[in-house]
Amino acid sequence: MIDPRKLFLAGAAIAVALGLAACGERDQVTVYKQGKYQGKPDNKPWENDPAASLYTTSKWTPGDKTSWESALRTRNLAQNEYNRVQ
Amino acid sequence: MARMKFLCDAERCIECNGCVTACKNENEVPWGVNRRRVVTINDGVVGAEKSISVACMHCSDAPCMAVCPVDCFYRTDEGVVLHDKDLCIGCGYCFYACPFGAPQFPQAGAFGLRGKMDKCTFCAGGPEKDLSKEEFTKYGSNRLAQGKLPACAEMCSTKALLGGDGDVIADIYRQRVFNRGKGSEVWGWGTAYGKPEQRAAPAGAKS
Repeated sequence: MIDPRKLFLAGAAIAVALGLAACGERDQVTVYKQGKYQGKPDNKPWENDPAASLYTTSKWTPGDKTSWESALRTRNLAQNEYNRVQ
Repeated sequence: MARMKFLCDAERCIECNGCVTACKNENEVPWGVNRRRVVTINDGVVGAEKSISVACMHCSDAPCMAVCPVDCFYRTDEGVVLHDKDLCIGCGYCFYACPFGAPQFPQAGAFGLRGKMDKCTFCAGGPEKDLSKEEFTKYGSNRLAQGKLPACAEMCSTKALLGGDGDVIADIYRQRVFNRGKGSEVWGWGTAYGKPEQRAAPAGAKS
């Protein structure tokens, strides 16, 4: 026969566990801090693999900011049509 | 790298609205939202008509960023001003603060709802995984992550609209001014705020 004392303790333990589970709830409200970005972090464009995109002529080493800037500068200078006609 | 900027050459812009169309197509911008538009002054006046393509200017000290009550704006390392649409509450403060009318609000809906703000991203996407479907749905194309420049500038037929590193496009514009012998007067402090000799004395000032 089950000891009523043990049964009571087991029931109490389950009740406490269920009660404390609510304490683990995450905050539902964003706490805003004046003047600081509160949104999600963004990736850096140079972290991407150039092969991941279609129809691009730019080449750089993923993760290397300098090579990405160099590729973009080349693309940027293509807007100067004086370079094409001279 | 310096800051990413747009520069529109009013001597070259022919009001074709190609930049507007390119932006719409590249980012699949919804009906009623124009991230970029062409503004014309002295319309129809021969010799005096000038057009300029306007979008978010990605200000170094952005007023939208200053007034946002939920701080959903951020500036990337390249100087592009972006925002998190998951945080935006669509209050419209940024629209009132922006001197260029860049922030746009979708009006679709049964009651003319003011949705989350949408604006030019310099084709740099937003705070989602680069080149992901989520990023495209919320913010449009991320051309910078593909090593490209904004679609509007790259496809401008007359190359009136330049976009990219501020130093580089300033050099391109300077070369144009030297070649054609005019155009520098379009920009600068004097044009924006009046030349010193034209500045009227404030009312009530003692001479």
